[in-house]
Formats: sequence, C-alpha cells, structure tokens
Amino acid sequence: MTVAVFFGCTFIAFGPALALFVLTVAKDPLRVIVLIAGAFFWLLSLLLSSLVWFIAVKASNENDAQLQKTLIIFGVMFSVLLQEVFRFAYYKLLRKAIEGLSALSEDGQSPLTVQQMAYVGGLGFGIMSGAFSVVNILADSAGPGTVGIFHDSQYYFLTSAFMTMAIILLHTFWSVIFFDGFENKRWWAIMAVIATHFLVSGLTFLNPFYEVSLIPAYVIMVVMAAWAYFTSGGSFENLQHFFTRKKLQ
Amino acid sequence: MANRAVILISLWLSVCAANSVERKIYIPVNATSPCVRLLNATHQIGCQSAMRGNTGILHLVANSSDLDWILSDGPNPPYIAVIEAPAFTRDILMRLKTNPRVSGVFLLSSDVPPSTNYSPDLKCPNEYFGVYTDDYGAEYLACNGTQWNPHGNSLSYEDFPFPVFNLMNSNESDVIRECYFNHNHPVNGTAPPFPLCAMQISAHMHGVTDTPTCMRRSSAQGGLSLSQDVMCDPLSDYNVWGSFHPVNQTGQVSAESKFIIAASRLDSRSFFWNEAPGADSPVSGFVTLLAAAQALRKVTDIQDLPKNILFMFFQGETFDYIGSSRMVYDMKLNKFPIALENIDSFVELNQVGIGAAIWMHSDPVSRRNETVNEEVVDLVKNLQEGGTETNLSLHEPSHTQPIPPSSFQRFLRERNIPGLVLTDHETAYSNRYYHSTYDTAENMGIKYPDNLSSEEKLNFVTETAKNISRLATTLARGLYRRAGGSSAPEDIEADPLLVSRMLYSFLIQPNNSWFESVLSSDLHTNLDKPLTFYVAVQSPVPVTRIVQQILGNVTGTVTNLTQENCTNGDQTLKGSYSYFWIDGDANKTESHCVQAYVWLTKAQSPAFHLKDYTSRAFSTWTESRWKDISARIYLVSSKQLEIITLVTGIGILALSFLVTFLLSSKSDILFSTIPDTSPAAY
Repeated sequence: MTVAVFFGCTFIAFGPALALFVLTVAKDPLRVIVLIAGAFFWLLSLLLSSLVWFIAVKASNENDAQLQKTLIIFGVMFSVLLQEVFRFAYYKLLRKAIEGLSALSEDGQSPLTVQQMAYVGGLGFGIMSGAFSVVNILADSAGPGTVGIFHDSQYYFLTSAFMTMAIILLHTFWSVIFFDGFENKRWWAIMAVIATHFLVSGLTFLNPFYEVSLIPAYVIMVVMAAWAYFTSGGSFENLQHFFTRKKLQ
Repeated sequence: MANRAVILISLWLSVCAANSVERKIYIPVNATSPCVRLLNATHQIGCQSAMRGNTGILHLVANSSDLDWILSDGPNPPYIAVIEAPAFTRDILMRLKTNPRVSGVFLLSSDVPPSTNYSPDLKCPNEYFGVYTDDYGAEYLACNGTQWNPHGNSLSYEDFPFPVFNLMNSNESDVIRECYFNHNHPVNGTAPPFPLCAMQISAHMHGVTDTPTCMRRSSAQGGLSLSQDVMCDPLSDYNVWGSFHPVNQTGQVSAESKFIIAASRLDSRSFFWNEAPGADSPVSGFVTLLAAAQALRKVTDIQDLPKNILFMFFQGETFDYIGSSRMVYDMKLNKFPIALENIDSFVELNQVGIGAAIWMHSDPVSRRNETVNEEVVDLVKNLQEGGTETNLSLHEPSHTQPIPPSSFQRFLRERNIPGLVLTDHETAYSNRYYHSTYDTAENMGIKYPDNLSSEEKLNFVTETAKNISRLATTLARGLYRRAGGSSAPEDIEADPLLVSRMLYSFLIQPNNSWFESVLSSDLHTNLDKPLTFYVAVQSPVPVTRIVQQILGNVTGTVTNLTQENCTNGDQTLKGSYSYFWIDGDANKTESHCVQAYVWLTKAQSPAFHLKDYTSRAFSTWTESRWKDISARIYLVSSKQLEIITLVTGIGILALSFLVTFLLSSKSDILFSTIPDTSPAAY
C-alpha cells in the first residue's frame, strides 16, 4: 500500500514539470534539445560542486559533527553559486546558438526567441535539480516503512515532494528573469535571482520545521512567477482579457 | 516495477544519500539468530519468509492473554508476535502457527533459564535411525519402554510458515520494547492511532518440500546453466579420531588387532540456527574423553598394550547419527583402517555433566548372546573397579531397559559388539534443557566465585570439573584394564585443571590464553563469541578442528621440526602422523610442533554418497540455502495518510495539465506584446 505514497509523491513533485513538458516542449525537437542541454548544464554544476564538497570533507576531520555541518552549509552555498555560473554559461551558449539558428533560417530569424529558450532551458535545469533532490527519497517512500521512528515528522515524504515541485518551477522562472536581465542589462534582476536562490536553499536548513521552509519558498515562487510573466510580455490587461474571454466562451 | 527502477537509479546516483534516508526510516536489528529450514527424506522443518521478508505490526506477548489481540482482536493485521522468553512455549507457538493474522515471531531471549523443563527436541531423539527395528528389539521401538526426553516439545521439528528470529542483545530488545510501548500498546482495549511500530523479517529459504525434491532441483539447474544454483546442502562435517599406536591411515590393520573404541559426540542443536551452547550434550561427554586420553598418555606402556585404545568423536549425531553411520559405512567398505571385526568393545560417553552418579547403559537385546553378555559384564567390572578407587558411584540400570540414543547404536546395527553408554541419567534425561539454548555452563552447575578475572576463571577448578575429572580417571583406568594393562592403574589420574580449562573454553570464553597456547594460530581468530555446536554445512566447523588439536595435544608428542616441515608434515612419516604448528605467545609457550596420531574423516551421511535421498537407513538432513537474513523495525503510517498523499498527487497532476493547457492555448492573449509568439513562458 506504500506504493500509493510513492506515486502520490512522484505526481506532486513532477506533475507540473510533466504537464509543461508534454504540452509546451515535447512537440518541438529544438525545444527538447534545449531542455536536455539545460539539464546537462545543471549536471555539470552538480559535478563540480560535489567534487569540491568531497575534497572538503576528505580534507577535514570527518568525526567533527559541527565542522561537517558547517561544511554542508558551505557546500550548498557554493553549489548555488556554481549553478548560477552555469546558468550564465548556458545563456552565453544559447546566444551563440541563436546567431547560428538565425543564419540558417530563411527569414533570418531564430525559430526560438531568447525568452522561449530561457523558459525551456530553465525547465531542464529544474527537472534535473528536482530529480536529484527527491529521487532517493522517492525510492525509500515505496516502503515498507515511513519516516518517524526517530521522532521525525511523518509528513517528510509529502513535504519533500512539495519542496521539489517548488524548486523545479523556481528554476524555470529564475531562468526567464536571469536571461532577461542579461538581455536588457538589468543587473538588479540577476542579483535578485541569485539572492532568492540562496534564500530558498538556505531555508531548507530550517527543516524539519517544514512550515518555515515551505511557506516562504512558495511565496518566493509566486513572486518569481509574476515577475517572469511580466518580463516575458505579460500585463494586467492581458490577464483581464484572458479571464473575460474565457468567461465569454 | 516503477519503484524498482527508481531504487536502482537512486542506488546508482548516490549510495550515501539513499542510506541517509534509509537511516531515517529503519533501525536494523543485528544480534539475531534465525530459525532456518531443514529438510529430510520426507519433511521440511523450520521457518520461511516471503522473498522480500515478512512485515507486520509488532505486538508484545508476555503471556498467553496477550495472544487474543494478535489472533482475533487487533484491528491491523498481520502482526509480528514479539515474544518474551517465558512465553516461548509450544502452546503459544502452535496457536500462532495456524493463524493467518500472524506474519512472524520474534523472540526476545533472556539468559535466565525457565523454571520448568524446556527442550525443543523430540521426546524420542533419533527415533527411526537407531538399532531398534521391527527385526531387532521390536519391543523397544520408538522409545517404547523408556522415553528419554519426556519434556521434549518437538518445536525444533515443526514447520512454520513464517520466520522466527531470536534476539540475544538486551539493548536491542529494549529498543523494540520501547517502540512497542510508545506506539502500539493498546490502552483499555483500543488500538492507539497511527503511526504504528512494525517490523520486517527476511529469511527466505530456497529449499522446499524435502531433500529428494531439493537435490533434484539443484542438479537440474546445475545442468542447464553455468552457474550452479544449489538449493540445499547436506549437513556434514568431519569425525575426529586418534590413538596412541600409530595406525597407517591409508592401509588396513590385520584381523588380529583389537581396538577398544572410546567415543563421544561433537554436536548439538537448538530451535535457532547456529545457536547450540550444548553444555551437557555434547561438551560434558567429549571433555571427559579428552581428559581420559590425557590421563592415559602418561602411562609408560600405553603403546605396548595388547589392545589399542581408539578415541572417536562423531559429528552430526543430533541429525540421525550422521558421523557414526558414515564411520560404520566406511568400515564396512574397508575405507577406514579398522574394520568392524577389529572392534573389541565400545564405551561411549553421552551426557555426563549433571549430578554425581553415572549410569552404564547396555543393550538388552545383544546381551541375550552369552559371549557378548560376558564381555559386557567384564567391561562393567573394569569400569567399576576404577569407580571404587575414585569414589565415583557407577550404576547399571535395569537389564530390560533399552540403550539410550547413542552412536553405539549404529555399530550395533551391523555387529553385536559388547559396549556401554555412560550417562548421568538412569531413565529419562537429567538434562532439563536438552538441545535448547539454555543448555549452558550454568545448567551443568559450573559456578565461579565473584570478582574473578577471566584469566583466574580459566584456572579455577570448579566442582563440576572435579566430578568430570573423577569420571575421566575412572574411564581411563577402565580402558587401561580392558586393554590388558599390567602396571598399577592407580597412577592414571585425570587433571582437574585441564577439565576446568576445557569447560571454560568450550562453554564460556574460547578467547583465552590456554586456547592460544594449545591451538594453531589460524584457529585463534573468530573466537570472540562462545562456541556453538551446530554441525552446519561448511566444514570443518571450528569445534571439530579444536577438538582434533586438543586430542593431538593430549595424546601426541612435541617434536623439534621447523615450522615449514611441520606444516607440510614430515614426509618420511607421512600417513602415520598428523602435525600441528602451535605459535607460541610472547610470555608463556614457545612455538612448537605437535606430532600426534589424530585424524579427521568425512562425516557426511552415506545417503548422499549413495545418492539415495529417500533413505530410511541413513540420515538425509539438508539445510536450505538462503540469501538474506535480516530484521529491521520502522513505523508505518495510516492508510488514510497514504490515500491522501496519492489523491493530492493525482490532483496536482491533473490540475497542472489543465492549467498548462489553458495557458498555452491562450498564450497569444497572455503574452500579446511580443508578436508571433508561440506558446512559451508560463
């Protein structure tokens, strides 16, 4: 019966990502390539940061719990920084790609705009990041046991799944804002992305107080969603149109 | 299968991370011993779990009134019964066995033996493989006349459809009790809310039905695929034998040579696998025999006696006389230097550790033969002379009483040999805990004064050791007289210190300085836990080799061979002697080479040699193979929480598709300032 928990958590964590992929990415081969490449860039950043963390752990006293805790915090912060560096590297690569694509196409325009690439690449970033943060938890969610014998919360699987969903969506929005920031030289937008990334990662250290980490993470996600919407051409008028049209139908 | 793939992926991704989540969920229970499945020609006995283990909610059973919760009242079956030691009775286990609401049994064992008799063995051990058959002493068949183990509840020979584990660590027992009382203990007859404490027990046995089935399947698979997939292995090990006269191990002795066999058994068992402390049976017997051998070694004319004395230690006797039946089989086929016709007489030491009186049992059927009867009377006289000298009370039970279960019965099946079986019981066993986990040093009354260090205990001569050495002296003198010794047997005296050291080493702590000084160095390793006397399938087990080397020590001589010559054996004397290299330790003994006439012979049932797996004459016991023996405790959440999680997941998935579809189909409205945009951003 714990199979129910496994599927429940999988759907929570990856449901939105799956819907976005199936309905907006899968039908265009170029978008699939951009998504996979985004996932690959995130993996590279993980490789580097895990290397650094591994060396740090080996070089330090492994029995010093306090030191190891500090090292983990340092490792996470370093990893966030690296992820943003690789997001930038990926942006640079995509800019080159757009030049190439424009040269190839008949009308001299790239088949994908920078915003579209930002969205698809960000989704790739998010999916890979989400997979790594939740997959081993999902494996153990299949049972037979559940968390709690050491007095941990029994909602561990559920909250982990919700956190993963937030991370995946956040990466998507961050990429849109981040790429837009570089396109339009809006440095404060880039700073805001990096800062909120640090903030959300730092919040997970407050676990097992899940309300304290999950609620701010979702608030940040909603803010980022709104921001990303407005940077990619959205407006209140459009929203109004959207809702009224819908009602008319 | 989806979760299987994820598990594999996650393992591949990061072993460390997977472990950390697992550590949050499970507490492994390590110090366990399982009940495993054994098979014979017609039956399977022991326990079985599902492929990936049996799971169930814990329920503590301290007495039989706690059973109703498991058997009928509890709302969350299946249950795993956690049984406190006093409640581990046949009555409770049989009620659990037949109930589908039970998925396993977990015993929290204790060192305190029960106040009542407790033996999980049969009332009539080795019933159908002894000497009494329809053609020979039919009136004694199936313990008709004397029930040897009347308190035996035969639990060890039941077939349980669920796993049964024994936990021997009190710290881990407390963790389990705590988990039960924190989460599961019913208050006023109602079950507490979820999460509940549960357990997974894995002991999946590959062998099924019986030995013929298992052996057939093993060989069939071996023929088809390259990897031999064996399901079960015969219980087998090695017998130890030795003497003072050199006997060419590969040849045959002449028909005139006469041998007195002094024998004992080496193995025991209990309900649980590899848990066989075996104090009264077999340690008391073989320790007496070793002490007697040492006493005889000191006699100057021991090598010149008219009859040779042969010491034999049989393995696997618990399981329908594996060792002795193989020995007799080899003797008949001339695969052993001594033939059955060379045996002059037979003295066997069975359980001799409890109480001061010793009983000399003989077979009433063979004594109907006048010549054999005279020999037996003579043998009794030889022993009783020694008994009078040592002030040991030796008695004969009624001459109409059958001989107790013993290796000697296997010899009697083939030839009418005069012989005695020495025990500490007249009729029923005086051992209250025969073949159980409670047959320990305490059961034999071995007590040490308080505040002794382990080294002092090793060298402390207990009352039990004095009794046993008195018996050893009696036996040694009896054997010497029987062998035709002429000099004063009063000089033959067993060493109580040696007996005490042996008892301490075999029953309490094998990791001690005396074992180090008499055993070769490869035997010193893995001596941290008390020895166990289960015959097992990997051979030789440590006990066999330890007994072999001690016998070598007490019967052999120290030579000045170098280590290299010693381990290779002196080529010129090859086939006559065996050699042991004993590494000295820094403070006491020097390294030396022991030369002795002490050998091992295969103790595997002839049934496997003949490939007759349905044999009714020979033991057919096999032990099933298994892959994983483990137990762990954890919490389980309620079905409600699980359903809520699943429904939330499905809801979010559906909502995501709906919203994404709406947004992407109306993206031209939502993102209208950008011309010609296809559905893109959120």
